Amino acid sequence: MAVASRRVLPGFSLSLGITLAYLSLLVLLPLSAAFIKAAGLSGQQIVDTVWSDRARAAYWLTFGASFIAALANAAIGFLLAWVLVRYPFPGRKFLDSLIDLPFALPTAVAGLVYSSLYAKNGWLGQFLEPIGIQGAFSRLGIVLVLIFTGLPFVVRTLQPVLENLDAEFEEAAGSLGASRWQTFRYVLLPCLTPPLLTGFALAFARALGEYGSVIFIAGNMPYRTEIAPVLIVGRLEEFAYAEATALAVVLLLFSFVLLGVINLLQRWSQSYGN
Amino acid sequence: METRFAPPPKKERAMAASGATLESPKPVDPAAPNAPAAVGKLRRGQQDPTWVRTTLILLAVAFMGILVVLPVVNVFVQAFANGPEAYWRYLTQDPETRHAVMLTLFIAPAAVAMNTVFGVAAAWAIARFEFRGRTLLITLIDLPFSVSPVVAGLAFVLWFGMQGFLGPQLREWDIKILFSWPAILLATSFVTFPFVARELIPLLEEIGPDEELAAVTLGAKPWQIFWYVTLPNIKWGLLYGIILCNARAMGEFGAVYVVSGRIAGQTDTMPLRIDKLFQEYNSPASFAVASVLTLLALVTLAVKTYLERKVIESAETKKEAV
Repeated sequence: MAVASRRVLPGFSLSLGITLAYLSLLVLLPLSAAFIKAAGLSGQQIVDTVWSDRARAAYWLTFGASFIAALANAAIGFLLAWVLVRYPFPGRKFLDSLIDLPFALPTAVAGLVYSSLYAKNGWLGQFLEPIGIQGAFSRLGIVLVLIFTGLPFVVRTLQPVLENLDAEFEEAAGSLGASRWQTFRYVLLPCLTPPLLTGFALAFARALGEYGSVIFIAGNMPYRTEIAPVLIVGRLEEFAYAEATALAVVLLLFSFVLLGVINLLQRWSQSYGN
Repeated sequence: METRFAPPPKKERAMAASGATLESPKPVDPAAPNAPAAVGKLRRGQQDPTWVRTTLILLAVAFMGILVVLPVVNVFVQAFANGPEAYWRYLTQDPETRHAVMLTLFIAPAAVAMNTVFGVAAAWAIARFEFRGRTLLITLIDLPFSVSPVVAGLAFVLWFGMQGFLGPQLREWDIKILFSWPAILLATSFVTFPFVARELIPLLEEIGPDEELAAVTLGAKPWQIFWYVTLPNIKWGLLYGIILCNARAMGEFGAVYVVSGRIAGQTDTMPLRIDKLFQEYNSPASFAVASVLTLLALVTLAVKTYLERKVIESAETKKEAV
C-alpha cells in the first residue's frame, strides 16, 4: 500500500517530475492539439464534417461492428474463461497461453491473414462462398477481425474472479435443492456480471480505435465498409487537417466517456469481490 | 502461512491487471482452508455433468482453433508457399524490406527504453507516496490505451505538420520530425506508453515499502536502495512489462502509418512494409515479413508465460520468508 513516507524514502520529486514531464510532453500536449484545432473551427464546419452522410455511415459502422464484436467477445470469452478455470484437459495450459496471442501479434499481421483466410478461395472463405456469405472485404470481415483483436479482454478479466469464487456458495445452493443451471443463473452469474461488463467495455473500446487489422479485410468502400479511423486517415492524406480533426475529436470524446465507464465498472467489480 | 488465510486482495488485482492467472505452480496443501482452487480439484458441489464439460471444452477448442491457431498456421504456410529459398530471398534481397527491418529494430528498442525509464519513475512515485491527484495520474497513464492509434498519429501531425502549430518554424530551422524517424519514435512511444508502468505499479504496491525503509534506516544511499533492494524485487515484473511493450512497439501500425509518410526505403517499418507488399500484390513476400513478426509474437508469449511463473514464485518465496 502506498504510505505517507515522503520524508523517509528518497526520490519523490525526481520520480514524480519525470512522470509528469514525460506524460505531458508525450501524451497530454500532443492530444491537446486536437482540441485546440477543433476549437478553431466554426460550429457549422464541425457539423458539416461530422454529420455528413459519409461520416455518419463510418461512425455507424465503427460503433456497430465494435459493439457486435464485443458482444461476441463476451460470449466466447465467458466460455473460454469458464473452461480454462474449471475443466482440466490435455493442452489446457497451452490454450491458456494462446489467449494472449492477439495482444502480441501485430494488428497488420492479423488483418493480412484474416483477409486471406476469408477470401473467396481462402481456407475458410471457400466454405462460406457457396452459402452466399462473403467473409473478406465485407462488414462481416470487420467484425471477425475485431473479435480476434478483442479476444483476451473478457477472458483475462473473468479468469481471476472465477478462480477466487468461494466453493461454499455453490455447495450451499446445491444442498438447498438448486439445479446446476439454477446455481449458475442465480448464484454465479450475478458475481460474474461486473467483470464480464468490464471485459466487454475494454474490448469495445479497443475495437473502436482499431485500424491496422481492419484496413486489410474491410475493402474500405465509402458508405459500405469504411470505418471512422480510415475516414480520418483519408482526410489527412488530402491535407484536410480541419476535417480530420473534427472527425477525430468525436472519436476521442467517446473514448474518454468509455474510459470513465470502465473505471466505474472496475470499481464496481472490486467492491463486489469484497 | 498467515497469508493463506487472508489472501491480500491487492495481489488478485495485480494479477488481473497483468493478465496472469492465479494458479499456483506448487502443489497446494488441500487441507489448508481457502487454498486457491487448483484446476480440476473442484468440490462436488461445483462439478458439472460430463456431457456439459465435454461439449464446452470442444467448443472452446474449436473457437481457439478457428480464431487463433488457424491464422498462425496460415501465416507460415503462405510465407513458405514458394519454398524456403524464396522465403529467405524475400527477407534479405529486397533493400526496402531490409531497411524496414532495420528501422523497426531501431525504433522499438528506443521507444521501450524511454517507456521503461518513465515506467519505473511513475511506479516509484505512485506506489511509494501519497499525493494529491494520484488517482487522476493513474487514469491518465492508461489514456493511450483508449485513444485510437490513428488519432494519436493525427495529434503529432497537428503539431509538426506543414500546417501544424510548429511546422513552419521547424522548416525554417531545417528540422525534420514528421515523415521521419523522430515522429515514428514519438508515435510508437505514445501507443506503448502505459505497458511498463502498469506492470510495475501493482507489483510495487504489493511488495510494500518495508525493505526500502529498512535500507534507509541502515544508511543506504538512494541509488543503493534502488539497485540492491527495489530492482531485485521487481526484475521479473519489469522484464515482463518490457517484452510486452516491445511486442507492441514492433507491431504498431495505425499511429506510425499516419506520421511516417510511408516512404519506401526510408520511413517504412515492418508492419508498413507488410501493407505495401500486400498492396503490390506481392502476397508471399508480405507473408514472409508477417511471419517474422508472428514468430516474435510467439516468442513473446513463451517468455511471458515463463515470466508469469517467475513473478508468482518470487512473490511466494517472499511471503514464506516473512
